[in-house]
Amino acid sequence: MVESNKLNEGDVLLDLQDIDMSFGKVEALVGISLQIRKGEIHSVIGPNGAGKTVMMNCINGLYRPQKGNVVYKGQRINHLRPYQRASLGISRTFQKVEVFGGMTVLDNIRLGRHIHMKSGITSGSIYVGKTATEEAEHRQFIEEEIIDLLEIESIRSKSTGMLPYGLQKRVELGRALALEPELLILDEPLAGLNLEEVEDMARFILDINEEKRWKVTCLLVEHDMGVVMDLSDRVFVLNFGNMIMDGTPAEVQQNPEVVKAYLGEEDLYASRK
Amino acid sequence: MHHENNNDSSKIEISKELTIPKLFYQQAANFGKDRVAMREKEFGIWRPISWQDYLDNVKYIALGLISLGLEEGDKVSMIGDNRPEGLWAEMATLCARGVGVWLFQDCLIDEVRYIIDHSDTRFLFGEGQEEVDKAISIFNECPKLQKIIWDDPKGMRNYDEDYLISLKEVQQLGRELEKEKPDFFEELINKGHGEEVALLFYTSGTTALPKGALLSHNNMLTMGQHLMTVDPCQGTDDYVSYLPFAWIGEQMMSISCGLQIGYTINFPEEPETAQENIREIGPHVMFAPPRMYEQMTRSVQVKYLDATWIKRKFYEFSTYAGYKVANLKFDKKPVPFYWRFLEWLSSVTVQKKLKDHLGLSRVRNAYTGGAAMGPDHFRFFHALGVNLKQIYGQTEVAGISVVHRSGDIKFDTVGHPIPGTEVKISEDGEILTRSSSVFLGYYKNPEATESTLQDGWLYSGDKGFIDDDGHLVVFDRTKDVFTLKDGKPFAPQYLETRLKFSPYIKDSWVIGDKKDYITAVLCIDYAVVGKWADENKINYTSYPELSQMPEIYDLVGKQIRQANKDLPDVAKVVKFTNLYKELDADDDELTRTRKLRRAFVEKRYEEIVGALYSENDSVNIDTTIKYEDGREAHIKTVMQIRTVGD
Repeated sequence: MVESNKLNEGDVLLDLQDIDMSFGKVEALVGISLQIRKGEIHSVIGPNGAGKTVMMNCINGLYRPQKGNVVYKGQRINHLRPYQRASLGISRTFQKVEVFGGMTVLDNIRLGRHIHMKSGITSGSIYVGKTATEEAEHRQFIEEEIIDLLEIESIRSKSTGMLPYGLQKRVELGRALALEPELLILDEPLAGLNLEEVEDMARFILDINEEKRWKVTCLLVEHDMGVVMDLSDRVFVLNFGNMIMDGTPAEVQQNPEVVKAYLGEEDLYASRK
Repeated sequence: MHHENNNDSSKIEISKELTIPKLFYQQAANFGKDRVAMREKEFGIWRPISWQDYLDNVKYIALGLISLGLEEGDKVSMIGDNRPEGLWAEMATLCARGVGVWLFQDCLIDEVRYIIDHSDTRFLFGEGQEEVDKAISIFNECPKLQKIIWDDPKGMRNYDEDYLISLKEVQQLGRELEKEKPDFFEELINKGHGEEVALLFYTSGTTALPKGALLSHNNMLTMGQHLMTVDPCQGTDDYVSYLPFAWIGEQMMSISCGLQIGYTINFPEEPETAQENIREIGPHVMFAPPRMYEQMTRSVQVKYLDATWIKRKFYEFSTYAGYKVANLKFDKKPVPFYWRFLEWLSSVTVQKKLKDHLGLSRVRNAYTGGAAMGPDHFRFFHALGVNLKQIYGQTEVAGISVVHRSGDIKFDTVGHPIPGTEVKISEDGEILTRSSSVFLGYYKNPEATESTLQDGWLYSGDKGFIDDDGHLVVFDRTKDVFTLKDGKPFAPQYLETRLKFSPYIKDSWVIGDKKDYITAVLCIDYAVVGKWADENKINYTSYPELSQMPEIYDLVGKQIRQANKDLPDVAKVVKFTNLYKELDADDDELTRTRKLRRAFVEKRYEEIVGALYSENDSVNIDTTIKYEDGREAHIKTVMQIRTVGD
């Protein structure tokens, strides 16, 4: 694991430098540059097929861009595999929930914690000393910081696959948090949720970002403009692999090009506040 | 009437001087660090709180309240889920010589405003962000309200109103005050007198605005003692507190009984996990309104429908034996040895497991009250071997006045008065009660007090009579008794609870006072009927749609025919309709304890009632519904009207 150097709030955490990514003749991303600063909620919006998920996959290492640099905490990480990037503190959820349906909620979350397990195979097999203490600590973290935060006490020992979609999304978020990430990529966390679930999820995102315990930088891909405009510090607009603009929510709402390309009618992004 | 005096509770003599705080202090000193006063499941683990911890927490909150300026007789309100902090706040209020007021957790903003304003509340304990939000939105309209105290920090980071203060800060203030005046807390407690007001409890009121009943320390304490004389509890017992503290029954169990006997009060992790947590604890005593027992019955029935053939056969055998034995016992007939054997067999094979799943495996006494419960449910639990008893009570007697005795259960009665309680029937059939637990009067409502309290007798507003065995029979609210076509009186609750025995029906509302025939408006149980629809390959997207499907009408019609059986023709349901939504307390259709507000629904659903007594086979609905956060939604739909047939 690469030793992480401490960043202050407002320093650049992730820097995408001139990223190109194409699949055959389809150019998914063209010369994308984006800077995410520590402590902010940075949203990426754009019509379907704009390349948002491709961009996320480039960041977390599922895809390797053909050109450009992915720089995380001042270090070029293009060559690192997803699990290596995870150990650096990059965690994510998926557009279509990717939980382990046959496992319980608790096991799904514990899995995200695996990266922090230090004890070896020998002490693990006899389960004394280090392993036992370590497990107690991890249990405490999961219960106090994640299950309590996400209010999933009543389902902790249920099989994840049997849960409604909205709760599965929560479990996935829980698993991503178990990693104790510094950068959390949320790929459409609100898609397919009902109004109440959207409100809950928006609150969790704010909590994760603002609560002293967490202070996680969030990269949010989302279609729900009301929520995006309310939550985000900055918004990045993508269209057919090209950046249209990157600015504050207010700037984005006033940009005629953005409105034309994506937002369309004005009341689409009416604030929910 | 049988009395048992070998229990701990009879040791405590309730003098005029004794108050809840005095007893609390005494018990805490007595039990100290070694005995568990309460337990809360937190972060997945049951965490014990000793009597010493309980005392310390209460002490610092009480002193903190004094620091904040609480004066004698000031009202302190509490709102939030059942949790130790809630009980501490209440006990601290009493120790600081304030008066406790509890609000239902799911109260709408208007109700919160009304109660806070009417009670002249100065301090409000809210659990977390949700309660604080409610309190902030009414703060400006309630000039007497000074401070809002919260204990759950979740989501509270951006709140900086200067009238907000955390429970920890309040306790810190208390610690500081203790340094200045070390014996102040004890002095405060010693000042108290048993006849002072302890609690101001708002009655849910099926008819009008809530009224605030003033209850003294003495009211509360004698209540607990009288109840435990009938059914003794033990200090080693467990009790699960999961019903709203704003309900007098919960106060009776947690404060009146809990304090005297010192049993452990267990708090579930979250309201949603209550059922699971009850199972983990296995309480010895239980007091719940009928809807809880109805819910248990329903879940057993649904599981039965889902079970494999062999399991169903076992269950059928065990209920057959269980019912047979229970019926013999109800009739006070001897149980022949072979039936005893079969009952034992069914207990070993099925009932034990079933009771364990329902959290009833250790229950000595289970009580139900607050609303009518049907004989079918009663039989069901006794056939399982659960000693379920009906009670009759009200906020104005600090709990209950009449209860069934073990081995002397009649479905249509509520049993005998508890010790120290006189019950009589007035000339026009109203139930009157006199005991040391009868309340002091209504707050700021002398007219209501005058008509309710006459010469020490509490006029309940309920009609009833005393049967040949000395059991009290309650006819329910006087206004609710129907006159049938043949001129006979009829309690609609009887039919309503019968209908609710079907797992598919969640709520029922029977109409037919002075009408040619009886009709019913039903609310299907979304989960159970939804599952049934899935199994029968019926597609639906929402409750309104599902409720109006012809197949569902067939299903519900079948349930009604079942309930109609053995009833005289005039009392049978002739026509019915499925309501497009569930009845909800947020829409004022039910009280917070889920009693039907008949007059209100009759007015609200005038069109439906009209259609049920016309030739039409459907009715158009155009209405708005309210959500808990104040939002409203518009609904337009068509409801079918069906004739039940034979």
